[in-house]
Amino acid sequence: MTKYILWRLVQGVVTVWFIATATFFVMHNIPGDPLADDKAVSEEIRENLERKMGLDKPVLQQYVIYMGNMLRGDFGLSFQHENRRVNEIIRQHFPVSAILGILAIVIAGLGGVMWGALTALYRNRWPDIVIILLVILGISVPSFVFATVGQLALVTINKIAGIEVLPVAGWGTIAHMLVPALVLGLGTMAFLTRLMRTSMLEIVSADFIRTARAKGVPMAQIFSKHQLRNAVLPVVTVLGPSIAGITTGGFVVENVFGIPGLGRYFVLAVQQNDYGVIMGTTVFYGAFLVLMVILVDILYAVIDPRVRLE
Amino acid sequence: MADTYKETTATASPGSNWQLAKYGLIGILFFVVLLAALGWVTAQLEAGTKSERAVDYATNTITLALSSEPPQLDSTRATDMVSGMLLGHVMEGLLRYGPDNDLIAGMAESWDVGQMGGTFKIRQDAFWSNGTQVTAHDFVFAWRTAVNPETASQYAFILFPIKNAQSINNGEMPLTDLGAKAVDDFTLEVELERPTPYFLKLLAFPTYFPINEEFYNSTDGRYGADAEDLLYNGPFEITRWVHDASIRLDKNETYWNEEQTKLDALDFAYIISDANATLNLFATEKIVYAGLNSENLERALKNRWRIKQHVDGSVFFLEINHLPERITSNYNLRKALQLVHDPAELVYKVMKLPGNLPGESLFPVWLKGVNGNFRDEYPGPKYVPNEEKAREHLALALEELGVEELPPLMLLAGDNPVSNKQSEYYQSVYKEKLGIDVKIDKQIFKQRLAKMTSGDFDLVAAGWGPDYDDVLTFGDLFASWNLNNRGHYVNEELDRHVAIAQSSSDPVERMEAMDRVQQILHDDVAILIQYERGSVYVSDDRVQGVTRRSVGTDPDYTRAYIVQGP
Repeated sequence: MTKYILWRLVQGVVTVWFIATATFFVMHNIPGDPLADDKAVSEEIRENLERKMGLDKPVLQQYVIYMGNMLRGDFGLSFQHENRRVNEIIRQHFPVSAILGILAIVIAGLGGVMWGALTALYRNRWPDIVIILLVILGISVPSFVFATVGQLALVTINKIAGIEVLPVAGWGTIAHMLVPALVLGLGTMAFLTRLMRTSMLEIVSADFIRTARAKGVPMAQIFSKHQLRNAVLPVVTVLGPSIAGITTGGFVVENVFGIPGLGRYFVLAVQQNDYGVIMGTTVFYGAFLVLMVILVDILYAVIDPRVRLE
Repeated sequence: MADTYKETTATASPGSNWQLAKYGLIGILFFVVLLAALGWVTAQLEAGTKSERAVDYATNTITLALSSEPPQLDSTRATDMVSGMLLGHVMEGLLRYGPDNDLIAGMAESWDVGQMGGTFKIRQDAFWSNGTQVTAHDFVFAWRTAVNPETASQYAFILFPIKNAQSINNGEMPLTDLGAKAVDDFTLEVELERPTPYFLKLLAFPTYFPINEEFYNSTDGRYGADAEDLLYNGPFEITRWVHDASIRLDKNETYWNEEQTKLDALDFAYIISDANATLNLFATEKIVYAGLNSENLERALKNRWRIKQHVDGSVFFLEINHLPERITSNYNLRKALQLVHDPAELVYKVMKLPGNLPGESLFPVWLKGVNGNFRDEYPGPKYVPNEEKAREHLALALEELGVEELPPLMLLAGDNPVSNKQSEYYQSVYKEKLGIDVKIDKQIFKQRLAKMTSGDFDLVAAGWGPDYDDVLTFGDLFASWNLNNRGHYVNEELDRHVAIAQSSSDPVERMEAMDRVQQILHDDVAILIQYERGSVYVSDDRVQGVTRRSVGTDPDYTRAYIVQGP
């Protein structure tokens, strides 16, 4: 077990190094000039800017310098938010994204398992049909639509109630998080519902269920002890990437609800050719994703005794 | 298999309900505990916004939203509008714009300015927010910092009228040679490079704001990065800045003219770029101001809110590439494009957003001339569409270029719904009326800039916002030496007139020179003016005394006050 985890961690480090390297060279080749802005500047000022940002050296040398700094945990300066370090940006904004993401993934996970189990129980009856319709909606409608509609719903609810039931935007209390987290988790919830449903139905026809039924085990016990526990396995598998996806993919939701998360920086940095922030956030998120996948693999072994980590 | 399905449905028996309820209960309990935990963590992080009502009578505070986070608030390097607006509230230069958009005394209590320089008396009751006095040295330090090549400020050019500023910025002279000296703590002496009739108007611009040297050095390179990395000498001070979430401005008690400040606080409690979200906040009375765009305008109308308009000062135009290797360097081709150019159609039929004005001249209608508005005194030429003449010029162009058919014109433009609409409009106009194909090259901001700089376009949609309240803020844009002249338009006569406006002290002579410039730009088809941008917005009528400006701090809440609602 320990050996396995260690081995996975080594693999993870290599993966992150690869992500960093690929991002570094791709980033230096995207069109656009990171130092250009509305007002044109003279050659002299440009050279000074390049020197300050370390862009005056050959790309390979920049790469070596950057990797050296990264090993020491220093992601350098932001190009756009001059005077702020990328480490500081990540430290300030990732916790916000993480809190929103955790809530979203819990809503998605609990909801997905619950709705999925329900649809399987009521297969081809009206609860199943209604939920599956909603699932298709949840998967196909992009999150910015949910965000906008969700916010508009809040405006209407507050207006009808005459008091502020839930705030329309902003950040700081639980009340601010509920709707954004729901919006953020909807897509994943829909996906998990479908996954749960499929795996529930598959298990129902499995031999050990038939055996249990033949032995006369009560239905409730079959459902909770055998069916649910087995069916939830595939859900756990996709949970890892989903967690990373949700905690990083909050750009739209953060934008609409005015949440100071890292997702905004992650996306805007690419548009602004902000090399410092692009590298910092990509490497950080890459490492986060790798870690989540490893965690899920370990969790898998805990839930399913048939899986052994070697 | 059919049997199995039947069995499955059978599992929804009453017996399993208790088990399910138990799972449900555990789920809910887990969720509640999680909520409490996350709420607690968030409170510890203090990363939040404390959102109050739009207008709070008890605390004499108004709440607003910002459209973007200021990159930093270092006045020597700030370039964007949000930073400019905030700096205008928390800082003050030698002069500032008053409620009627005229220049009034700021940190300077009196001044005496001549052709080649002047003396400014700094008021002795001006203090920084940490209690130290604002002195002439603070101005010298700030200006030196701004032109220091190490700072690499994009706005260094605005200080170039000061003696040696440009040479210092080019690294040819030491900082101490800058033509600004503190004779004593309260006397600032400025030498100019050449006669600069509009010098006073520059002094209200953020790059000219003072900086306390001792404090600047104590921030260890972080000046302007956070609320505590700044000192304030303006009507307000930033008391809380949560990045990407909120910026709170409280009344600055050490401000020399503090009785003029009526509000106790300006709370920018939200930073949201989404226009619909901002309008939602306005609708629920969380903020006092929301900008409108063509999409949410209708909603504002439906709600019967009073829609207000404001000319924001910027002028938009199609810049033409004049480099010899481009077909657009052909005069007759440009003339043909001009003869089908109809800004009124663009503004009223394509853009359809109230507030915008059809463009006629590079000089917007609000600019001041000799006595009244420049455009009233010098209306300038107008676009008169004439398809027949356009085709004649096109035929001439084809002949001169020696081609049967024109290669497609490359139109470089932004990649957003507003730009797309405009680009497609030009594409269809040129095709229909002249048979010219247009290739639209959609690029996001930085990519577009890179292509503009390298000259990789025939036409590019561009715009210009004013920096100071003088015709020259637009007038020198197409001088051959101006780096923002991305189409590389070169015209000696125009250059000569710009030089006159730069240094003549006779207002009539200056305005006449600028009139010549607008005439030349039109006659030679240097650019095609599209529109003067207006903004439409809704605002809470309980807040009064807000000044809107085309140049300078906009909107300006420094003299705003709250009245009792209807």
